Amino acid sequence: MSRNESIALENKQDKESIFKFLIRELKPKGKLFTPFNLISLPIMILGLILIIIRFWKGIGAITNLTQDVPWGLWIGFDVVTGVAFAGGAYVITFMVYILNMKKYHSIVRVTVLNGFLAYVFYAGALLLDLGRPWNVINPIIGNGFGTSSVLFLVAWHFLLYMIAQLIEFSPAIAEWLGARRAHKILSGMTLAAVIFGITLSTLHQSGLGALYLMAKEKIHPLWYSEFIPILFFVSSIFAGLSMVIFEGSISSKVFSDQISEKNHKAHNSILHGLSKVCTGAMFAYLFLIIVVFVHGQNWVYLNSSMGYWYLTEVIGFVVIPMILFYYSYRRNNILMTKIASILTMLGIIINRLNVTVIGFKWDAASHYYPSWMEIAVTLAVIFTEIWIFRWIIKRMPVLKDSPAWAKQST
Amino acid sequence: MSIDRRNFFRVLGVTGMSFALGKQSIANPEKKEDIEFSGILYDSTRCEGCQSCEWACAEANGLPEPEDYPEVGVIRTTNEQRRTVINAYDTSKGEVYVKRQCMHCNQPACTAACLTRAMEKHHEGPVTWDGDKCMGCRYCMVSCPFDMPKFEYHSSNPEIVKCTMCFERLKEGGVPACVENCPAEAMMFGKRRDLIAEARRRIQENPDRYVDHIYGEYEAGGTSFLYLSPVPFEELGFKTNIRSKSYPELSKGFLYSVPTIFVLWPMMLLGIQDATKNKNSKTEDHESE
Repeated sequence: MSRNESIALENKQDKESIFKFLIRELKPKGKLFTPFNLISLPIMILGLILIIIRFWKGIGAITNLTQDVPWGLWIGFDVVTGVAFAGGAYVITFMVYILNMKKYHSIVRVTVLNGFLAYVFYAGALLLDLGRPWNVINPIIGNGFGTSSVLFLVAWHFLLYMIAQLIEFSPAIAEWLGARRAHKILSGMTLAAVIFGITLSTLHQSGLGALYLMAKEKIHPLWYSEFIPILFFVSSIFAGLSMVIFEGSISSKVFSDQISEKNHKAHNSILHGLSKVCTGAMFAYLFLIIVVFVHGQNWVYLNSSMGYWYLTEVIGFVVIPMILFYYSYRRNNILMTKIASILTMLGIIINRLNVTVIGFKWDAASHYYPSWMEIAVTLAVIFTEIWIFRWIIKRMPVLKDSPAWAKQST
Repeated sequence: MSIDRRNFFRVLGVTGMSFALGKQSIANPEKKEDIEFSGILYDSTRCEGCQSCEWACAEANGLPEPEDYPEVGVIRTTNEQRRTVINAYDTSKGEVYVKRQCMHCNQPACTAACLTRAMEKHHEGPVTWDGDKCMGCRYCMVSCPFDMPKFEYHSSNPEIVKCTMCFERLKEGGVPACVENCPAEAMMFGKRRDLIAEARRRIQENPDRYVDHIYGEYEAGGTSFLYLSPVPFEELGFKTNIRSKSYPELSKGFLYSVPTIFVLWPMMLLGIQDATKNKNSKTEDHESE
């Protein structure tokens, strides 16, 4: 046997083993009949059926969208709210890689993974909402560069940010596959991806708000202002961090076997630090809301049902969680931090829906309410995302420590 | 990290390019203001509500024939099956008929909103839709202040439907079907400037017959479809909160800030990163001493 042949054989064996490795890894790990699976599986199947009906009979077959309200739950919740929650990735990478706050390093991977999956699935949900999804590549390939469109910017940013996040996360994939050379190259690209990613996030988090700038008369004046983009950006900071706190609290219970003793202990200190950041960001946000409110001379609208709803949002879901975050930081009370994060997330859902759905055409004769089918598809998308998230967590070094060889090289 | 000469020039080049590109791409739609668009002048004092325009529109565009008729108290709206409707209003000067369809704005919100340029404002005046480009996102519908683009919700190959000002007929030198078939001569097709002059003349000659307002002259930055009315336009169900400046201007500020942030953010982030890195290594040095 010549030398070349033996190398070829070696390569072949290597490839075979990678193939076998993938097959082994693709198999489910853990029990199939858990309560979560029993709830999520039927909804995912139902969602799939509804999606088939949607592509067969049209969007109107399963949604309550009208000619007056063309964007409903799928945009207002799945995309606009979902992307705000995915903001944690750019905030945490900013803190760790730009501000060099090493304390938060242990949650970078899980946060970036969460962000990446959120974008993949919410962009996926966007495809369901597109009437002509086969044309989705047009703004990318140049069959019409609508450069005057905010949506053009948002679409490009979604695509580029997904790539940036994939690069940020890719060392974990390389460690999982045992690809040492790739790991070294990909790790070297992290800082560039982080800087690019933060820039993109700044622009498209605010861009999602800027989408509604042209709908001036259609959105209730309490929620419409030329400052929507800035408000969306600032609120995405604490929306994303609240999601990190919430997700971290659940992950540390569900995947406790994955997390090292050291990181387990560090987690409370991380939450403690994040509650401080949230307090600051929420204070800045509250200040901005008040400025916008006074500047717009909006008090005339307060004494109405929409006005009371506005006050509920601002006091119940901005001021109160901000105070809770502050006290939880002062008293180092982790439970209070978690409660504050849940309240904040509810507030973000309410705020985004107020701009996109509830306050949109608030004065119209007939109102839009999402159909049960729209809600079922939304739930199916979220559950599918959690399934993929779980699949990755159980295989790649996301929560668990990196293999020894990867640590040495960095 | 220090910036050497080569790096400096590289950054300079990228900065200049993004400013140039940013400006060029955003400034484009503005130029259309100088172009003289064609349009339609509709005089509601002449309209008799016969629906000839609706019938002509249905025939010209292969749409179902109208089945209902204008009635006071009933608001008919355009939809994916009909691109123009006539409504009747009980006003301070008796019953008045009003035709409704796409306004064909000079600087349309829908074309500024469209990320594939499927919505296009033509030199001739019409705003049309191109199915080969459109991805069906319906952002045009969200943005249009007149709610004119309609969507086929019950189709697996849905289209955005609205009045095209019979663009195909215009290209062959014709006039829109509704204008051609109006027996009361309530509509007039021509250059927008001439139509405004004609509207002014009519108001001046018959000040009692008309309210002194040409709807569409300034609304939404000016539209190709112009209206004359005997009564204030709010009595005819027109939106009175339409701004007099164009709608794309509302998101212009945000779009202008994009290239700036794109250039400044990475440099600022790199700077902060560098600063914090140095600080950390210094403190480590102190500790090790």
